[in-house]
Amino acid sequence: MTNKTSMRLMRHSFLALLFVLAMAVGVPVMAASGGSLQQANASLSDQGSLQNGAKLYFNYCSGCHSLKLMRYSRIASDLGLTEQQVMDNLNFTGAKFGDQVPPSMDVEDAKRWFGAAPPDLSLMARAKGVDYIYTYLKSFYLDPSRPLGWNNTTFPNASMPNALWELQGVQTAVFKPGEKGGDPVFEKFEMHQPGRLDPKAFDVVARDIANFLQYAAEPAGLVRKQVGVWVLLFLGVFTLLAWLLKQEYWKDVH
Amino acid sequence: MNRLTRAMTDLQGWFNDRAPSFGPFYRKHMTEYYAPKNFNIWYIFGVLSMVVLINQIVTGIFLTMHYKPSAAEAFASVEYIMRDVDWGWLIRYMHSTGASAFFVVVYIHMFRGVMYGSYKKPRELVWVLGMLIYLVLMAEAFLGYVLPWGQMSFWGAKVIISLFGAIPYVGGALTEWIMGDYLPSDATLNRFFALHVVALPLVLLLLVVLHIFALHEVGSNNPDGVEIKKGPKGNRWSPTAPADGVPFHPYFTVKDTFYTGFFLIICAFILFFEPTAGGWFLEHDNFVEANRLVTPEHIKPVWYYTPFYAMLRVVPDKLLGVLVMFGAIIVLFFLPWLDRGKVKSWRYRGTGFRVAIFVLGVCFVWLGKIGAGPGTDPVETIVGRVLTVLYFGFFAFLWAYTYFGWEKTKPVPERVTGHD
Repeated sequence: MTNKTSMRLMRHSFLALLFVLAMAVGVPVMAASGGSLQQANASLSDQGSLQNGAKLYFNYCSGCHSLKLMRYSRIASDLGLTEQQVMDNLNFTGAKFGDQVPPSMDVEDAKRWFGAAPPDLSLMARAKGVDYIYTYLKSFYLDPSRPLGWNNTTFPNASMPNALWELQGVQTAVFKPGEKGGDPVFEKFEMHQPGRLDPKAFDVVARDIANFLQYAAEPAGLVRKQVGVWVLLFLGVFTLLAWLLKQEYWKDVH
Repeated sequence: MNRLTRAMTDLQGWFNDRAPSFGPFYRKHMTEYYAPKNFNIWYIFGVLSMVVLINQIVTGIFLTMHYKPSAAEAFASVEYIMRDVDWGWLIRYMHSTGASAFFVVVYIHMFRGVMYGSYKKPRELVWVLGMLIYLVLMAEAFLGYVLPWGQMSFWGAKVIISLFGAIPYVGGALTEWIMGDYLPSDATLNRFFALHVVALPLVLLLLVVLHIFALHEVGSNNPDGVEIKKGPKGNRWSPTAPADGVPFHPYFTVKDTFYTGFFLIICAFILFFEPTAGGWFLEHDNFVEANRLVTPEHIKPVWYYTPFYAMLRVVPDKLLGVLVMFGAIIVLFFLPWLDRGKVKSWRYRGTGFRVAIFVLGVCFVWLGKIGAGPGTDPVETIVGRVLTVLYFGFFAFLWAYTYFGWEKTKPVPERVTGHD
């Protein structure tokens, strides 16, 4: 075999290997992100959405859920809020500005009331994904068989009641009989009693809370990509110069 | 001669008087180490693994400044690094991305060795030392993965350590001895930290030095598998050096600098835009703190172990599974003696070899995919068994193919065939 054809063969086999690797990695990733979750379309670059999410979070969620890896002061500086704004509108626990967001509920009380302590939400978006939170918030329905009268299709038999029912309204779920006597299959939600917001406006509420939790799970996410662009630009120039240097030196080699 | 040059020459003289062996040492390994001029892209992964090793050591030192090796504090301290330490997130992602990048380059480096017969005489020792590096690296990465003390850290550690429990008679006592407890706990985390940041890095560095020294004794192989030391002598730098050799410094250092830049672009892209790599480099479940009362839905190791983990799972018997899994690594040590073929490079080897090495690559990647999955599909288990047999089949075939002289090789050229 000539050198040229062997080079070509080698390059092809290298590409083939990369392709196989990409397929092996890509397919399960796609499968994992599919399923029945709805797209939140949350964006960390939308500061208004993050501010709104923070407001909603502290008004509707923080009564039960701590955010113990997040500091009030960090939220202020990251979301473009003043100390005054944060302390007046987001801090209901009497914690200091530099403190981490504590739970406002006693763990033992919580276990008695809900059957389980509400989890800390600092990293929920990284563990479950932002789309999961978005879909979960929209999937509560009335279920008299549950202790608190609420159930959730995204997380069946969750202990949590719908904290946003005033905004969303109260849904019921329609199930169709399962195949061959199996479990009933969820078909759709029906609005039992409308809330203060129409479904479109409520989607924004769910999106903004999910977005805020996405930010809280990785505050570095606000700057990571911007830094990355500069690093890539630097590396691009560096690599180009290194290539030119290599070409210059390798003129000697015949 | 101006004053500056004179001062430099004086300093050099002063140094040479006191450490006369430093100069020759530098020349032997850098400016007068003649590497074959026909290295192709497959030959950059050794240097890249060195780059990643340095990255892991430097970022690791900074992480130890803020990390707390205790079961009560470890998880929060990692998040403290991610949030409160200036640029801590960058350091942590450099370390976590680096861990996966390490295995990417090492696996390609090893595959290159098989493609071009780099393990063959006179480089058997280079190969064995490299395999030891790989073994220590697997242990080092496992220990490191436990440190963030997330759910996968805990349950992954539990599963991997329990493998030692499959050893007859001493298994149970051995797992307790490793953990210092009945479950992975504070004691386990603390000792894993010591091993991860002190003991294994020292061993790793020593082995890397030996690997490079052993290589520089015999000289590098190349894509043609031609021994340049046996060829004609004399090039533009030295009348006694191999004619097809080029001084490592500056020729390969500039070439490697270029490829390193290219490699860093890929790494930076992952680090800054998708640092978890879709759950492959940092698993979603590891963002939940370790909890001995809650078992995650799927316990699986990080991707670089999954080919071997798949073998463990598809074998019905636990002890046999453990033996197969470790055997899959151990068999690689014997490759220089299993492969009796005299022709090194796949360019000139028989078709059987070229097919076999392709099958080996497919088996490895496919098993990796199976090992990363939930392992509930019975068809996949059958596929996994076939792939495991094929993986070991590669080594059996290679031995028979070369021992009985079935291989029809092509003529190997006298000299290397140019460079790119």
